[in-house]
Amino acid sequence: MTGKEYRTITDVKGPLVFLNKTEPVAFGEIVTLRLSNGTIKNGQVLDTSDDLVIVQVFEGTAKIDRESGVTFMGDVFKLPVSTDLVGRILDGAGRPRDGGPEIVADEKADIIGAAINPYSRQSPNDFIQTGVSAIDLCTSLVRGQKLPIFSASGLPHNDIALQIARQAKLKDSDEEFIVVFCAMGITAEEYNFFRSDLERTGALENAVLFVNLADDPAVERIITPRLALTAAEYLAFEKDYHVLVIYTDMTNYCDALRQIGAAREEVPGRRGYPGYMYTDLAMLYERAGIIKNKKGSITQFPILTMPGDDITHPIPDLSGYITEGQIVISRELHQQGIYPPINVLPSLSRLMGSCIGEKTTREDHKSVSDQMYAAYAQGRELRGLVAIVGEDALNERDKQLLDFSGVFEDKFLRQTRDEDRSIEETLDLCWTLMSAIDTKYLVRLDQKWIDKYHPDNRA
Amino acid sequence: MNNEGVIYRISGPVVTATGMNAAMYDVVRVGHEGLMGEVIELHGEKAVIQVYEDTSGIRPGEPVLNTQETLSVSLGPGLLTQIYDGIQRPLPTLEEEMGVFITRGVDADAFDLEKIWTFEPQVAVGDEVVAGQVIGHVQETETIVHKIMVPPSVSGVVKSIESGDYNVTQTICVLDNGTEMQMMQKWPVRTPRPFQQKYAPETPLITGMRILDFLFPLAKGGAAGIPGPFGSGKTVTQQSLAKYSDAQLVVYIGCGERGNEMTEVLDEFPHLIDPNTGKPLMERTVMIANTSNMPVAAREASVYTGITIAEYFRDMGYDVALMADSTSRWAEAMREISSRLEEMPGEEGYPAYLSSRIAEFYERAGRVETLNGDDGSVTVIGAVSPPGGDISEPVSQGTLRIVKVFWGLDAGLARQRHFPAINWLNSYSLYPQSLDQWFRDNISQDFPEVRTQISGLLQIESELQEIVQLVGSDALPTDQQLTLEVARMIREYFLQQNGFHDVDAYCDIHLQYQMAKAILSFQDAAKSAMASGAVLNDVVNVPARSDLMRGRFEKGYIDVIADMVKKMTDQIAETVEEN
Repeated sequence: MTGKEYRTITDVKGPLVFLNKTEPVAFGEIVTLRLSNGTIKNGQVLDTSDDLVIVQVFEGTAKIDRESGVTFMGDVFKLPVSTDLVGRILDGAGRPRDGGPEIVADEKADIIGAAINPYSRQSPNDFIQTGVSAIDLCTSLVRGQKLPIFSASGLPHNDIALQIARQAKLKDSDEEFIVVFCAMGITAEEYNFFRSDLERTGALENAVLFVNLADDPAVERIITPRLALTAAEYLAFEKDYHVLVIYTDMTNYCDALRQIGAAREEVPGRRGYPGYMYTDLAMLYERAGIIKNKKGSITQFPILTMPGDDITHPIPDLSGYITEGQIVISRELHQQGIYPPINVLPSLSRLMGSCIGEKTTREDHKSVSDQMYAAYAQGRELRGLVAIVGEDALNERDKQLLDFSGVFEDKFLRQTRDEDRSIEETLDLCWTLMSAIDTKYLVRLDQKWIDKYHPDNRA
Repeated sequence: MNNEGVIYRISGPVVTATGMNAAMYDVVRVGHEGLMGEVIELHGEKAVIQVYEDTSGIRPGEPVLNTQETLSVSLGPGLLTQIYDGIQRPLPTLEEEMGVFITRGVDADAFDLEKIWTFEPQVAVGDEVVAGQVIGHVQETETIVHKIMVPPSVSGVVKSIESGDYNVTQTICVLDNGTEMQMMQKWPVRTPRPFQQKYAPETPLITGMRILDFLFPLAKGGAAGIPGPFGSGKTVTQQSLAKYSDAQLVVYIGCGERGNEMTEVLDEFPHLIDPNTGKPLMERTVMIANTSNMPVAAREASVYTGITIAEYFRDMGYDVALMADSTSRWAEAMREISSRLEEMPGEEGYPAYLSSRIAEFYERAGRVETLNGDDGSVTVIGAVSPPGGDISEPVSQGTLRIVKVFWGLDAGLARQRHFPAINWLNSYSLYPQSLDQWFRDNISQDFPEVRTQISGLLQIESELQEIVQLVGSDALPTDQQLTLEVARMIREYFLQQNGFHDVDAYCDIHLQYQMAKAILSFQDAAKSAMASGAVLNDVVNVPARSDLMRGRFEKGYIDVIADMVKKMTDQIAETVEEN
């Protein structure tokens, strides 16, 4: 039935177009709308029956009237994929945005993507060195992991994401990642920042950009990450690349999801977000991973801004239940002028245990990480106490821990935007900083590592 | 009867068909590809179907075929060591059939129908058999004897019975009324398997986790809920239970969770040894994995598939433990389908029948007298993932109303790296009364009293901590400072347990008791020493005490703990003379 144009629109509501008297239309089918002024818009079938078809229009429904022509394309949404994608900039619907030619397709891939059979997955255990001490030590990133940045407006999450994209590599390897960058509803300014940084460092040649900006249609954001992930899957599992997918900002994606849900008059869940948001997010996040007998991998680095800095908001909450940990950015640290302002206390990497240690990073990694974390946590807690009783009331141990928490932030967390610390440098730095604390208080360090690495014993 | 209809409407996983005779919960095949679905609502001519596979590309007008059967699982030798999706398709078979990505329209047998098993009959020709009676044995794995039972609702006199090597579809027994029996039988997942009666549970499920066994024990045949926010260790706790609990069989349902987590389980389990039998864990395990991105309707079905398999093994007289991680994802699947049906929602968009479904599910747990008079149990342990960690939400509340054990995971403890992060102040177990006799008989006469003392100390600590927050610990009298030290010992030495440590991950129940006693010995020794003038700081810092505490990471601790306690109390007594 491709080619037949219907002029049977009955209702238009928000991003949705309702029409009747069609021939059987497939669920998920792609739709082209031709407006009376000649503009072409695209959409997708959300609900189909003998009587009524509901189409979600990606570019917004402005200027659509009952005379607009609707053509069903006979197929579900597919992205033309080939290695030519690398180095290109596309818009949120997959069309070239850089003035270059159309992508010549090796094949066309369904953008919804099928679930990876859990039996066919391979456990991720290759440590990725990001060169950012806080991440490498406390929330180590693993190839094939999905590790989001939980941030909030006004915080430098973009700088951190870019720094990771620039520096991320397997330890002792020069093998580079292909970066698939997916922008959803970010401002032109932010986009230019990303783009110029990628250009400056030459990373753009090894990147694919899918860009939906704040003034682009909101509904298009629903497909942008799916396009990006489809490209990533092709590059990783067909062409053996290691792919790092950065998407920003998931909050805009979820808001677009809510917008469609509201237009369909669905029963809303928490804060008006649709009840299926968990499943929907999982369909994106779960496309990270490694597959047995395939060389490539997909590592995901989603960025989301927590509305009102609230980690229990549905977006970070549902994300946290799906992703394998989170890196939390702190406004307090940022206001103290510390970059990167990563709060290691609520941050977590679930896959860290399998990727650190003697064979991959260094034998003392776990022990050092636990001790640094514990000492910092206690130091932070003491700050509250000091505010009440004053510093003089502390005993010797507490004083040392309190001082350490300041040093931790100033010397360990703080690094410059182009400072690429190797994991050995990070660990040695930890030992230097911890030597300010009396060894008898460092109860989480194994004695054998103290003997081997403590500055007092090394000189 | 007209078994064939056509599709009228498609909305995500919900498809409406017309022109077909259908009954509720009939299994249907949808579209040209024959996607599996289940009738969940009838409106006059129209049947509403939830489809277990992705529906993109399906059009109105395609055929729908009613199989007239209800959603069932296949039960028989070959279940163990398997890993299934939510509708009992083996994942390794799906990989063979459709590659590493799960596509659709593929049917797969639950287990190898051709595989030959050695059937040893347990009845003879002329014997009268009743429903549930064991007619033969099959050694399915090294540890598990699979008992072939007469299906419920069948009985008669044995006319012929075979012995030797057969596959699961060959007839191995014929009754005088003409009923033929095979080793495989089917059972509809939404119907609980029948039994004679439920007993009160009186044996604990020993898990090897100190905080669970000692403070908040779960009975074999009981039901427990583990709610907790993300990152608090729900999955690690569930996996530890699957590894170390002394159930004879384990059914593990990964319901709407992470793919990599299931992979980890799949990688790990074949290499792990069951501490109770010394055999590989996989031999007693059936796994169901329906990850968060797999079809949502199959996620809804996965918990029923799992519990039906558990009941089947229960009917053989085994103690079965079922872990469902996470029941919240199951509830969300119900919510998603309910909203597609445009049902009037209850709380937070969940369907109004949410709490009754949860109750029905947990009610399938229990210790029973089986149809054949044997004693078997299904213990259900469900993880709950409350949004934002707030357990006032409907799934947590629906669960807490029905389960008798609540293991509350706490984000604060997880952040302090206190694992298992189970909050000892708000968790509870209602089983101690019925289990105490077992503990007295099998562990020690004073077991319940020791438990009361330990939990009492923790309670006092929490009250003292409030004062400490205000005035600092130095301002407390020394006896209360000692109480704080004892409570800290309970937390750090007893409650904390490293689930990844070779030795510490599993703690024998006898050793648990000894460790609890060791803490009380410390308290008594310290009290009497301090009464004779010893200083708290000296008492706390005797070297033998830290040796005692570190000892739990060494093998053979149970053999030396008594000596270590003796050494500690001696050293504490010596601190008196120093002053």
